[in-house]
Amino acid sequence: MNAMNMKEKGTGGEWGVEASGLVKAFGSNKAVDGVSLNVRAGSIYGVLGPNGAGKTTTIRMLATLLRPDAGSARIFGHDVERESQIVRQLIGVTGQYASVDESLSATENLVIFSRLLGLGRAESRRKAAELLEEFGLTEAAKRPLKNFSGGMRRRLDLAASLIAQPPLIFLDEPTTGLDPRTRAQMWETIRRLVKTGSTVLLTTQYLDEADQLADRIAVIDRGIVVAEGTVDELKASVGTSSLHLRVQDHTDIGDARRIVERVLQATSSVTSEAGKITAPMADADRVTDLLVALREAGIRLAEISVQKPTLDEVFLTITGHDAQGVAAPVARSTDRKEEVML
Amino acid sequence: MRSATTVQPGVRLKNRTSLGQSVRHSLTMAYRGLLKIRRTPEQLFDVTLQPIIFTLMFTYIFGGAISGDVISYLPVIIPGILVQTVITTSIVTGVQLREDMDKGVFDRFKSLPIARIAPLAGALLADTIRYTIATVLTFGMGYIMGYRPDGGLGHVAIAAVLVIFCSWAISWIFAFFGVIARTASSVQGISMIVLFPLTFLSNAFVPTKTMPNWLQWFADINPISHLVTAVRDLANAGTVGWDLGISLIGAGVIVAIFAPITVRAYMRRT
Repeated sequence: MNAMNMKEKGTGGEWGVEASGLVKAFGSNKAVDGVSLNVRAGSIYGVLGPNGAGKTTTIRMLATLLRPDAGSARIFGHDVERESQIVRQLIGVTGQYASVDESLSATENLVIFSRLLGLGRAESRRKAAELLEEFGLTEAAKRPLKNFSGGMRRRLDLAASLIAQPPLIFLDEPTTGLDPRTRAQMWETIRRLVKTGSTVLLTTQYLDEADQLADRIAVIDRGIVVAEGTVDELKASVGTSSLHLRVQDHTDIGDARRIVERVLQATSSVTSEAGKITAPMADADRVTDLLVALREAGIRLAEISVQKPTLDEVFLTITGHDAQGVAAPVARSTDRKEEVML
Repeated sequence: MRSATTVQPGVRLKNRTSLGQSVRHSLTMAYRGLLKIRRTPEQLFDVTLQPIIFTLMFTYIFGGAISGDVISYLPVIIPGILVQTVITTSIVTGVQLREDMDKGVFDRFKSLPIARIAPLAGALLADTIRYTIATVLTFGMGYIMGYRPDGGLGHVAIAAVLVIFCSWAISWIFAFFGVIARTASSVQGISMIVLFPLTFLSNAFVPTKTMPNWLQWFADINPISHLVTAVRDLANAGTVGWDLGISLIGAGVIVAIFAPITVRAYMRRT
């Protein structure tokens, strides 16, 4: 998949980020061990990986917060080491832990960042009010951040990154620890950013987040990029979603399986105790046919669900070990045991 | 120009910050420091209580023994305790800088296109408010106890500014410790070890005449002694001597050495 990326690589201007062979070691621990990324200007690029994979370290190097031990990176053609002050004018960084001032109010935070970015006194106030309004924080504007919820803090953090309207925005795990509703709001904001022409590089631990947002994804593990491509390419490499269904009457299992296999044209498996039938599902449209066929056969269903490949499965497929870094056969054995072929 | 480019039409990007921008950024960071003090006034406890308690304590303990009575000890002790208190206060600058740097907001400061020195210079500048409070309270306590400096209010004010300036200069040393140390409490530890002997092995509390020769030698070259003498000259006699010059030169040298190495250490820590 890396080859595909290389093929697309064109001239400098269209690339927001060009990183090649980035290395960073902390003591004997190589946090990043030769990461290369190319992010097209105007796109959302997802860096997917478990905790400790090197996502944050990579972002920190690209954002001039950390000096790479080896390799080089350019932001819109500007070297992060030699032209760091230019790079800083082109980026906004939203860290994993909110990079805002806890002891100050939301307005004070935004005013100070605006002033530092060269805005005048009145202009800073206006910009702060405008961003607070946009991020739904107006009511909390004067309260100290100590009383802010995690979601509010993240929103303020993102607002602070947008003051200068930078063409490239780094988001380090923007939704980790947020509740589903706040997460959806965050996604909406990120999508809106790209519509205004910004390039976004985000890291995430969740495949569905990358799925929802990113045009291209790099899967990173133990400091190296193990896969790179569009979301669809990545998913195809992992396998399809799977259909899980349970019948009300256990004696129907045999019939149900035959129908599932005939309609979905795939081999199914059954878990022994729960009597749950699992089958790979390539085409969601066939589920309609399946349900009709089951109804015609008089089989009553207790439960039906579709599960997408999880990050764990992506990892298992790509790296041969699961996201927690435990050797695959051991970690997987518990759920595999339940599946007994009839 | 290699270092300039245009991304948005009409906007030229430069790879360095001008002196004017550096000053402006530092002032904005100082404003942030002042806001923080206003939000958490409890951090001013040390600068309010220490001058009051120390001035009372030392004056009444040593007054009779050293100068015969409290009133005649005041012109000796007030400048001494002033220098000791205000300089001790500057340790807090290093400690708070360390605590501050561990917070996420410093990541944002580093990622902003601002002068690298601004977060440090701003914090140090904001802390001059602490020195001012300590200075005013020490002179105020002295006045309540009967200290009437012969130099007049004008010279007392100059002496106050001198002490505040020198403390600001010395705070760069503690800022350096703050940047290189691992924890805030270790900053406190290192700084006390440096400062405690320096303030006591001086003429701040007692005349150096009764000290053994080797100690007298040290106390006489101790920069703290020169600063204390300069303050005494100004406040008690309204005169300006060599000690003032030495104090100012010393302060300048400290800033010239420690400001660059602190900024460099701060940048390397990223």
